[in-house]
Amino acid sequence: MSDIAYPVRANPVTTEPRLARYILIGTVVVLIAILLFAPLIAVFSEALREGWSAAISSLSEPDARSAIQLTLLVAAVVVPLNAVFGIAAAWAITKFDFRGKAFLITLIDLPFSVSPVVAGLALVLLFGSNSALGAWFIAHDMKIVFALPGILLATMFVTFPFVARELIPVMMEQGRAEEEAALTLGASGWRTFFTVTLPNIRWALLYGVLLCNARAMGEFGAVAVISGKIRGETTTMPIMIEMLYNEYLSVAAFSLAAALAMLALVTLLLKSLLEWRYADLLSATRRH
Amino acid sequence: MFVEIEEIAKEFGAERALHPVSLSIPSGALIALLGPSGSGKTTLLRILAGLEFPTSGRVLFNGEDATGMSVQQRRAGFVFQHYALFRHMTVFENVAYGLRARKRKERPTDAEIGRRVNRLLDLIQLPDIGPRYPSQLSGGQRQRVALARALAIEPRMLLLDEPFGALDAKVRKELRQGLREIHDTTGLTTVFVTHDQEEAMELADLVVVMSMGRIEQVGRPGDIRARPASEFVRAFTTA
Repeated sequence: MSDIAYPVRANPVTTEPRLARYILIGTVVVLIAILLFAPLIAVFSEALREGWSAAISSLSEPDARSAIQLTLLVAAVVVPLNAVFGIAAAWAITKFDFRGKAFLITLIDLPFSVSPVVAGLALVLLFGSNSALGAWFIAHDMKIVFALPGILLATMFVTFPFVARELIPVMMEQGRAEEEAALTLGASGWRTFFTVTLPNIRWALLYGVLLCNARAMGEFGAVAVISGKIRGETTTMPIMIEMLYNEYLSVAAFSLAAALAMLALVTLLLKSLLEWRYADLLSATRRH
Repeated sequence: MFVEIEEIAKEFGAERALHPVSLSIPSGALIALLGPSGSGKTTLLRILAGLEFPTSGRVLFNGEDATGMSVQQRRAGFVFQHYALFRHMTVFENVAYGLRARKRKERPTDAEIGRRVNRLLDLIQLPDIGPRYPSQLSGGQRQRVALARALAIEPRMLLLDEPFGALDAKVRKELRQGLREIHDTTGLTTVFVTHDQEEAMELADLVVVMSMGRIEQVGRPGDIRARPASEFVRAFTTA
């Protein structure tokens, strides 16, 4: 047996032949270029087709400015609220046992499976003047549909799962032992949450918040239905972009689109910056 | 502190984890709850800590009813099976956690906290690891840090859930000796859960053999070996 000579493998077992490697890597590079970079470059080049000044002046139009303000306002209200709801939902689901837990998890996923347009329509039906609830709000001088509250509700509904979905697997994996340890050491429930639970989920929370924010700023379908698209009043950036595009104002449309893309890029940059800044801490505190 | 368990039962839904069990734990004793998995030993330990509440029965600390007492009020030092060290805190902050969590009036000054933490790190013979994170420690070191963290709150009793379960044989022997020494210096009433009969027999003053939610026998290691109360105890303790 021992005198059988095995051929010596020159390459480690985990690598592929050179040709296969190049083909695979090449495919990925081409796909990334076509799917990610080309559209982004197209948006920016179209926005700047008539120069910087044309792009900037189209962004300072009153309607465009109000759309930007509205979008930022919506994100500023919706993201913190959904962060809190998401943490509460993930906390309840992963740290406690109760009846109807599976149902609650399904409920959290509902906005992912329902088309945003349907969600918008549902809100119009629920709060519109034809329903009893809508009539009550109108009688008390509160506008929901075709106004800011409707846009906020629609955006909240659509972006609800992002934070919870990001947190649940992480918190599930971490289990309850650290919280129990804090309690046995005399910490109150709140103290346990702020000093043990929250620091352990901060990175997942950051990712969830960023995803939620990107979607809150970019949501089109649900907002399109419930906002009524009143120019300068209830048009968010994505709605305004579509309107401008339909009016053949392509520089204005693409300038606003570029601005929206910039907002997303800024949040991504922020995330990378934070990760880079806390890289040491991250590697030290993560379990092997 | 002496502990009495009176007719404690625990049900999880339809499942019976503990049939009514009674047990007296003398002050300063080192007790092993010994049994196979599913015998209810961890449930009993968690009921003592206040992490679970019994379906029926009473727990008495020094003769006073402590059944409804919250986990924070009980001040039981608890060492978890996988230690449950706070992964985002240094060893120093882990050990200091219980002191910092105290109400302002009872909270020691930062200097005093520092002194106490360092004293505990000396006690577990790891004086220099304060600045490290739990992920940078070996299993045996983590276990000792968890012990120091539990001792930091000046507990009324010490509860340990499979304290040596996740360690290799050599480290296990050393730490057994370490626990015995810490028990003897602090004089704390100590209860530990184990499925390892050799560990229970070697370390404990009193061994409580459990099976399927019932206490099969309570006695000194030698007595249990010499006069097992049931066929189960005989088979389990000679395994």
